[in-house]
Amino acid sequence: MSGSPAMAIEDVTFSYNDRIVLEKVNLTVAEREFVWIVGPNGGGKTTLIKIMLGLLRPRSGRVTVFGASAVASRRRIGYMPQQSLLDLRFPATVMDIALMGRLNSGFRPGFHSAADREAARSALDLVDLTAMSDRPVGELSGGQQRRLLIARALACDPELLLLDEPTANLDRRVERELHDLLLRLNKRLTIILVSHDPTFVWDFVERVVCVHRTVAVHPTANMAREAISELYGTPMRMVRHDRHEEDESAQSQDPVEP
Amino acid sequence: MMEFLHAVTAHSFMLNALLTGVAASIACGVVGTYVVSRRITYLAGGIAHSVLGGMGVARYLSVVKGWHIVQPLHGAIVAALLAALIIGWVSLRWRQREDTVIGAIWAIGMAVGIIFIVKTPGYNEDLMSYLFGNILMVSRADLVMIAVLDAVVLLVSILFYNQLLGVCFDQEFARIRGVHVEFFYLLLLGLTGLTVVILVSVVGLVMVIALLTLPVAVAGHFTRNLWQTMVVASLLSIVFTTLGLSLSYTPDLPAGATIILVAGAAYIIVVAATRIRRPHA
Repeated sequence: MSGSPAMAIEDVTFSYNDRIVLEKVNLTVAEREFVWIVGPNGGGKTTLIKIMLGLLRPRSGRVTVFGASAVASRRRIGYMPQQSLLDLRFPATVMDIALMGRLNSGFRPGFHSAADREAARSALDLVDLTAMSDRPVGELSGGQQRRLLIARALACDPELLLLDEPTANLDRRVERELHDLLLRLNKRLTIILVSHDPTFVWDFVERVVCVHRTVAVHPTANMAREAISELYGTPMRMVRHDRHEEDESAQSQDPVEP
Repeated sequence: MMEFLHAVTAHSFMLNALLTGVAASIACGVVGTYVVSRRITYLAGGIAHSVLGGMGVARYLSVVKGWHIVQPLHGAIVAALLAALIIGWVSLRWRQREDTVIGAIWAIGMAVGIIFIVKTPGYNEDLMSYLFGNILMVSRADLVMIAVLDAVVLLVSILFYNQLLGVCFDQEFARIRGVHVEFFYLLLLGLTGLTVVILVSVVGLVMVIALLTLPVAVAGHFTRNLWQTMVVASLLSIVFTTLGLSLSYTPDLPAGATIILVAGAAYIIVVAATRIRRPHA
């Protein structure tokens, strides 16, 4: 599969009825790249993610994931939805949720195999939740629930992780743990992450994708790193808006603020 | 209580009633758990009430048109599955219109039922027994049919447990994993329809929702996941129906209403006990 990028979006336009949400979007993500997606609410981030997953069909343009259509490549993506969209008082154990990553296609009846359980168990191990595997999901803390949803995505045995707001409402310490986990995973996986929180992407993101109807890609650079590190207590890069590929505003040179 | 036990051994209708209660409890615990965790009790209510239309038409065809092979239970099955398909299709297509459509099917189904029942010569007690159940009237043939429905519901629920669980918890994720979520959602509603038909014989269509949800709500306090809830809810439901039936026997109370009151009392006790033990839970 080498040669084709993990994700290629070409000239994608999407609209709900007459309201254009995304217009002529182009984005290519190479394998093992770590990309951060930002943008205002209603700017089209979630729509873009759903298009990447093949849940929405663009009005025009082309989406290829690992060289195939988004729908065909779906099972190669580990998806973590926004936690707030899920009912986490649902009667299920941590293991039950992780096993959902092993759901298979088609109408095949029956139960999870030993191999499925092993995959779910090692995914829980990666996020350090093995000890909790028999606990009801409602007993987990916010950070643990977040890690569980990442484990479910990892149980899919993905080549690409797509994470929607993994850090919303988390305290800094838990965030730090997540950060380290993603850094480790990025050694073998492509990661696309949506976040409102610039302190989270610190120093490991290569490019920032701003989604606001159109998409602008910024490189990150080590600017005034010390100053910002002092501010947030962690190393952090800044986004240089002066190197906008399709500059659209006067917001150049602003350091990103949380 | 002794009187009740004696009646069960002496009268076949009491034995039928008892067995109907057990059969209904199993389907009700399993499907009720899916319904409650997926939060579609309102959909189940719509299906339950539209069943009256099917029963009314079936009874009319049987008595007035002389189609003696048609039983009210047949009409109920057809109406339940039809309502499940329409409601399911609407809820998949136009999420925002869902409650309007359910309300419409709910009311139209009942209206059709009432007109056909009134236009059918015979006893108006039929209407009362459809609405509020009459477990003592379950015939041997009905019981066989209920047992078959029970087996179907149980088999499908267990075989597709993983898919149904996935669709109930996170439909989008299940879809990305390749699960045919529309199919399984409609399957779940179909199972709900069949369970409603079984329960109508026990408690009547007005009180179906109570029996579908109360045992699950009680069981939820003692279980960790979906299948445990199913097992405990089924067992609780067996206890509620049997206890309700026996309590209603001597004072000659309506069995359906007594069963619901037993289930309701258990629910209130469990909720109160939880509040006292963990006031902030």
